[in-house]
Amino acid sequence: MNALLGQIGLLSARLLAQGSDRGWMPKQRSTIAPEVDAIFDFILVVSVFFFLLIVGAALYFIIRYHRREGDPMPGGVTHNMPLELLWSGIPVVLVCIMFWWGFKVFVDMRTPPDNAYEISVRAQQWSWEFWYPNGISYDELHVPANQPVKLVMTSEDVLHSFYVPEFRVKMDVIPGRYTTTWFEALYDDEGSNEYPLICAEYCGTDHSSMITKVVVHTDDGFVDWLANADPLAAIPEELWPEYEKDPDKFIKDHPEIKGLKTPALMGQKLYKRKGCSQCHSIDGTRVTGPSFLGIYGKQEEMEDGTTVTVDANYIEESILNPNAKVVKTYPRGQMNSYQGRITDREIAMLIEYIKSLGQK
Amino acid sequence: MSTVDASDASGGVQAAAATDTSNYLTASRGIASWMFTRDHKRIGIMYLVGILTAFFLAGIFALLVRTELLTAGRTIMDADTYNKFFTFHGVIMVFLVIIPGVPAALGNFVLPIMLGAKDVAFPRINLLSFYLWCGGAIFLLCSLVMGGLDTGWTFYAPYSTISKEPIYGVIPALLAVFVVGFSSIFTGLNFVVTIHKLRRPEMGWFDMPLFVFGIYATGIIQILATPVIGITGLLLIIERVAKIGIFTASMGGDPVLFQHFFWFYSHPAVYIMILPAMGVMSEIISVFSHKHIFGYKFIAFSSLAIALLGFLVWGHHLFVAGQSGLVSMIFSALTFAVAIPSAIKVFNWLATMYKGSITLETPMIYALSFIWIFGIGGLTGLFLGTLAVDVPLHDTYFVVAHFHYVMAGTIFVFIGGLFYWWPKMTGKMYKELWGRLGALIFFVGYNMTFFTQFIIGLKGMPRRYYDYEKLIDVIPGIAGLHMFSSIGSYVMAVGLLMTGFCLLQSLFRGRKAPDNPWGGASLEWRTTSPPPLENFNEEPHVGDPYDFSDLEWDKEIGGYVSTGIRKPATGH
Repeated sequence: MNALLGQIGLLSARLLAQGSDRGWMPKQRSTIAPEVDAIFDFILVVSVFFFLLIVGAALYFIIRYHRREGDPMPGGVTHNMPLELLWSGIPVVLVCIMFWWGFKVFVDMRTPPDNAYEISVRAQQWSWEFWYPNGISYDELHVPANQPVKLVMTSEDVLHSFYVPEFRVKMDVIPGRYTTTWFEALYDDEGSNEYPLICAEYCGTDHSSMITKVVVHTDDGFVDWLANADPLAAIPEELWPEYEKDPDKFIKDHPEIKGLKTPALMGQKLYKRKGCSQCHSIDGTRVTGPSFLGIYGKQEEMEDGTTVTVDANYIEESILNPNAKVVKTYPRGQMNSYQGRITDREIAMLIEYIKSLGQK
Repeated sequence: MSTVDASDASGGVQAAAATDTSNYLTASRGIASWMFTRDHKRIGIMYLVGILTAFFLAGIFALLVRTELLTAGRTIMDADTYNKFFTFHGVIMVFLVIIPGVPAALGNFVLPIMLGAKDVAFPRINLLSFYLWCGGAIFLLCSLVMGGLDTGWTFYAPYSTISKEPIYGVIPALLAVFVVGFSSIFTGLNFVVTIHKLRRPEMGWFDMPLFVFGIYATGIIQILATPVIGITGLLLIIERVAKIGIFTASMGGDPVLFQHFFWFYSHPAVYIMILPAMGVMSEIISVFSHKHIFGYKFIAFSSLAIALLGFLVWGHHLFVAGQSGLVSMIFSALTFAVAIPSAIKVFNWLATMYKGSITLETPMIYALSFIWIFGIGGLTGLFLGTLAVDVPLHDTYFVVAHFHYVMAGTIFVFIGGLFYWWPKMTGKMYKELWGRLGALIFFVGYNMTFFTQFIIGLKGMPRRYYDYEKLIDVIPGIAGLHMFSSIGSYVMAVGLLMTGFCLLQSLFRGRKAPDNPWGGASLEWRTTSPPPLENFNEEPHVGDPYDFSDLEWDKEIGGYVSTGIRKPATGH
């Protein structure tokens, strides 16, 4: 059976595949992609054959057996057992091949190798968060090439689905349980090595903007990226007060911490990385949540009628417990708590960023 | 005036003139005579009007959705409005149009006549079914007014349980599904009992037209599967109102459980949609080939096989939803099993056409379109039933294109069936040229719209996306494909409007229809057009429903007349 599948796979691959860039389908950028596409090609050949057969026969019959006035009512055979068995039997054999082949590859797609590098994924309306083994989180998925990567995923709110067309990988991300998927990305010496990472399960208003990217690195490139991905985490505990006191001087004194900027600029990065930008604008536009423009120091009326000044305490409370005080006219329950997903340092940077956007 | 037997015809006409029951349309007058009617034909007509109105409304939503997708970014509406519009398009098309379409409108009209019966088994319940359908439609309108509904027609938890305010459109929409569900159950029950008990005594199971087998298989699914969606909807309402965790993870429930419950009904519902349409196909293909249907028993039993296997494949909607690999394997295998009876039907239709004597009136154009459309819909199902290939294609436009090709198969046959039985229902002939032209334009527009979406899906674009601006750089050509697809939808709209005008025009200006314009052999063609109140002026003679040997074309009438010599019914 396996030998047969191999033969058919080779044949259909030769018939159809134009290398790994087939124009009408996403590039094949994971080890499993060519295997999935080989089955696709086999089914395509079978389907095209039967479609042409059926439509061709129908067209031929309406031309060949067109009724002319005065033609007698045709008699002829009304049933034929061998024929029925033949046209039931051939499809049975073909679908058995499709089923078995698809199942075999599917088992591989679902079973991560033991040596896989593990990244955990948290999805929420409408952003992605990827947690690496060294404890940092990022809004883009960075992976090493030529190494199996296993994703352990869960959702903070509704259903989402992790989908990378180039990898031929998709798995729903479900609140209240963990789902896993895996892939082994290929490195492309000529390409950008960046591919879209898409939410494929409908998740509300901004479903269609819940898109980020996967970046495939060489082994060294990945180690390098991981070390520098979060400059805030790279500051040793005892040096932190020094950075807070005079960031500019600290940055000058410590060039070994790459990518470190002033708190407001660090906050600006976090604003995007932590997904704040999906619901809070910085230009005053009303989206799901209040805009950050000029909000710091402002008196805001809450839904219970009380008034609150937007200061560091209120911002911290709203990040950790978003439904404690909701600004009037904005929907309750839209935002999930960031408790356990954000460090004190990051909160401080975000506050600095919001401050920098103007103050009343 | 020509009835089955010329010698009895004059008697029938005289009796009709006296009691005015020779025509169900004129048998009584006034709005109350329609609202409280128990005549299956009038109920069928009322269903038809309701369903076509809903179809029109859902079509408007579809055109708005396609117009939004005409260009990237915002075209005419914001994301929330878009999400509501595709939801309403889906909910209306599935629950108010395609599920009741063929059985409740066409089936109601012709099924009892095909069996030689005066009416269905429970005429009052039949009327109740119709009013339940109306009730469901009203609940859905409530949902539209009460803030709308943006969950998609699938109502997936927890989006449907925790999002937005507690009242909101979800609850009335679920009540609509619940109420329409009862309409469907009652219709199914009514038809199954009618087929068992009200057949002419000399009519055996295998003397029934294949449309009746299609309706029978559908009835079984309607009775057994529909209660599940009703209960699932109620559980979701309870969860939303009383905050009891059933499907919502944050309250201790399981979102994947909802998907199992939902598809336990909604997959068999696909066969509720397609089986009656396949029944109509068997009628049209045989009648317009003027040749006995090929493989009667294989077609009949394949309907029952589809009905039974259809219950066991729901898990193929959950291959990437966190369902275990073993379960997915079993569902994949069963999904392929259900492909076989569909293939058998198509081959038997082709064998019916082989050495036939084929004419291409409008109903046959629609039937041939169905072979094309359903061929593509069915064959693309093979990709999605294959586990490994489904992973990248699931929840993309490929799936959207696939199920539109399958379900539109039903729409094509519904319209084809409408043209086929139109002379019988209204007593009027439509203009053949306009009917054919409308069908062709609809067909071309349909393929422009949805074949394009297979390519969009293969390129990796997910469904239910308000905007594809972010995908323009990563998916080459996507903007052009979407624009082409949207233009196709306008072409489709032109075809459908033309079709609508063709039918309306015939009502006012149509030539009077003969009793048997196409040369059909089943019993509805052996009574007058339109039929009398109790369907037959004299006792119908049951024979082989696909034996056309006694029929002769009569130029003066513009229809077929029986020479009176028929193969008798087998009685088996």
